[in-house]
Amino acid sequence: MAMHTINVNGKSETVDVTSDTPLLWVLRDTLGYTGTKFGCGKGLCGACTVHLDGQAVRSCSMPISSLEGQSITTIEGLADNGKLTPLQEIWCEQDVAQCGYCQGGQIMSATALLNKTEKPSEHEIESAMAGNLCRCATYSRIKKAIITAAT
Amino acid sequence: MKATNRRDFFKLTVLATGGFMLKAQTKAADTKKATESFIPHPFIEITSDGKITLTSHIPEIGQGIKTSLPMLIAEELEVDWEQVNIISQVVNEDIFGRQTAGGSQSTAMNYQRLRQLGAATKQMLIQAAANKWSVPTSECTATAGTIIHTTSKKSITYAELAADASSLAAPHPKSVILKDAKDFKLLGTRISGVDNDKVVKGDPLFGIDQVQPSMKYAAFLRCPSFTGEVKSANLDEIKKMPGVSHAFILKSAPLPTGGVFGGVAVIADSTWNAWKAKDALKVEWDQQDTAEHDSDQYEKIAQEAIDNPKDKGTGTSKQTKQGDANSIESIYHYPLLAHNTMEPQNCTALYEAGKFEFWAPTQSPGRAISALNEIYKTKPEQVRVNVTRSGGGFGRRINSDFMMEAAAIAREIEGTPVKLTWTREQDIQQDYYRNACWHHLQGTLDPAGNISSFSDHVVALGTNHKSAGIGGKLSKKVFPLVFLPQAKISHTVIPTNIPFGWWRAPGSNGHAFALQCFTDELAHKADKDPVAFRKEILNSNAKVRGYDAKRMLGALEAATKKAGWGKTLPKGSAQGVAFYYSHRGYVAVVAEVTVTNDGKVKVDKLTAAVNVGPIVNLSGAENQVQGSMLDGLSAALYQKIELVDGVVKNSNFDDYPALRMPDVGEVEVVFVESKAAPTGLGEPALPPAIPAVCNAIFSATGKRVRTLPISDHDLSWT
Repeated sequence: MAMHTINVNGKSETVDVTSDTPLLWVLRDTLGYTGTKFGCGKGLCGACTVHLDGQAVRSCSMPISSLEGQSITTIEGLADNGKLTPLQEIWCEQDVAQCGYCQGGQIMSATALLNKTEKPSEHEIESAMAGNLCRCATYSRIKKAIITAAT
Repeated sequence: MKATNRRDFFKLTVLATGGFMLKAQTKAADTKKATESFIPHPFIEITSDGKITLTSHIPEIGQGIKTSLPMLIAEELEVDWEQVNIISQVVNEDIFGRQTAGGSQSTAMNYQRLRQLGAATKQMLIQAAANKWSVPTSECTATAGTIIHTTSKKSITYAELAADASSLAAPHPKSVILKDAKDFKLLGTRISGVDNDKVVKGDPLFGIDQVQPSMKYAAFLRCPSFTGEVKSANLDEIKKMPGVSHAFILKSAPLPTGGVFGGVAVIADSTWNAWKAKDALKVEWDQQDTAEHDSDQYEKIAQEAIDNPKDKGTGTSKQTKQGDANSIESIYHYPLLAHNTMEPQNCTALYEAGKFEFWAPTQSPGRAISALNEIYKTKPEQVRVNVTRSGGGFGRRINSDFMMEAAAIAREIEGTPVKLTWTREQDIQQDYYRNACWHHLQGTLDPAGNISSFSDHVVALGTNHKSAGIGGKLSKKVFPLVFLPQAKISHTVIPTNIPFGWWRAPGSNGHAFALQCFTDELAHKADKDPVAFRKEILNSNAKVRGYDAKRMLGALEAATKKAGWGKTLPKGSAQGVAFYYSHRGYVAVVAEVTVTNDGKVKVDKLTAAVNVGPIVNLSGAENQVQGSMLDGLSAALYQKIELVDGVVKNSNFDDYPALRMPDVGEVEVVFVESKAAPTGLGEPALPPAIPAVCNAIFSATGKRVRTLPISDHDLSWT
């Protein structure tokens, strides 16, 4: 066990965990940010997507020891005092989710895409979202929600 | 919620017919608050301070039931959707009736009774208002949570009537008049999921998100080949690992639908530390020789059974003669499949003073309670199941093995809650699998190109020679056999040690592939258009029972019309058609595919026409049809569970893939207007999607896919 400090959703957090613990499990088990989901443990499904300095990354494959002092945003950190982002609003209105388990990761990937590319093409959306699996296959509605948010 | 004799009272509320008996019920007087509650049944609570709360009693697994069932009550109760708050309740099948999400049954079972409940409650509120105003009830109408006296225009809210309505006698639910469909305000419209805002914020809705005070984290290692007990394990070494507090051996307590499998449990301060300790386990297993449990071995046995059939079967169709120009025979095969829910199996459990409490993503809490009773002889009052939202179900969570595993672990650390979480690898390798079957199909055409003989010898995996695993038996109530009195069905079962489960549209998900593709082969043999050939069969026998040919014809017409059946497409692109009746739903699908000349398949478009009676929530219904077709497509394109020496070789999303966004084309859904009794949508669109795609691939390439997955085939063309 060792002490590690990271910044999560604007708050500095110091945790005492084994150094190879992936960020995902620090977020979920140690800090209680359970919105970031476990899906595969190998960076294959995108359910654990968070932002590291604005970039969408897979938290299941990043040991805490490699993140000393870094700033992380989780799905819980998107809404501002409970006020949803426009993308989250669209996600609700267009009834994107079925089971909803992967949707936090989907929204994190989509948010990172829109922050970088204001008006992504359909092809850009597909390649940015290809790493996020949805077993309910809500892809058409995800794509439509991103397109709506970009217009 | 406390009330005198509440339990006894509620026992009376579920009629044997599945309907409800209502009785006015108030909460035990809360003298501190002046709030009165009108609870005609635990599904509905109207308080004097203006809250209208409706209960959704079926587990939410992504099928949208938490939203759609309360819509039925709200419609008849005459409240606006914005006025209601939806809650889930603890499990009590005495009060609520069946609380299992499975078999696409929830809509069919609840459509009428929940509407009656809403209508009866509305009638009581009208009565209360009429009494208050001393006017006849015929002069009162209900709208948006208010009763209006039509002559004087006086109005009063449900909240203001809560106390008075509580003292009234309830009408018999079957005596109430339900709304005419043309007056529906909610049913058939698009309503977004009631928990959408929580989903997009990452709120802790799921089983895996549950946290209890002083909770520990568990991992469990089972024998890699399904059955086997632990002989010895390096427990002392494991207990010294970081964060680990306990390591112990559990003996198996087998049950057909989810008991405890033998293995080693590790308890730690985090999931990660528990998993690391699990991975460091060195276990000697006491297991039988498993060499015979092997996919290649099963393939050989199946081929032998097809060459030398033993079961004489039913039906008069004769074996086709070799070289008969009017006959064809084909062998279709589909593999074992895992469910691979997005949220892996997990369960939080607490054992204390002889009582168990669970927080679990389960499709069937009732089965879990029964399983616990079988293992530990628990009484109902010793078990409490808190059903969480499930990150996908697809039939996996009907089995409660993961809950029994958590219970067995929790018993060892009495008083401390423990969360058991499986890795993705465990989730794929410890499943209850979709059966793998071979269909030896033979068909003969008469000179007019009609089917004169038809037979299907189904070779399935099972637990012994006599009992096929779930989905391994073919009934005669399916197309085209149901239209062919002479059709012959025979079965062979290959004994295995595989746990079989309900995988979305059990049985139908494979039978549709074999039968609808072989039907296509016969159509081509008869030199007839595949749609016209199918229509002839559907029109051939008006006396068929248990299969509504008219509804299927309607769906087929709607799908082919919408998809533009027969339109000209560039070389390498083609359409295919299929339909299937399952879970009381009639679904026809037209697939449009493009196969590049180097053999890459892209499904450009799926068009489904669905007849499941009236639609409850259009948004959710569309989601289910799209999702289930694409789920079928994931399986058809990529998925195959392989057993080698008794062990599942697949491990994660890389060797057991599913569709991703770039793989998905257009999906269009048409709901055929229908007065039939409404039925569920979680499953029936899946079976026909697979053969529709395979039939389209044949039209595009001339190559017939008779073995799934499609990705195993070279589909290149010149």
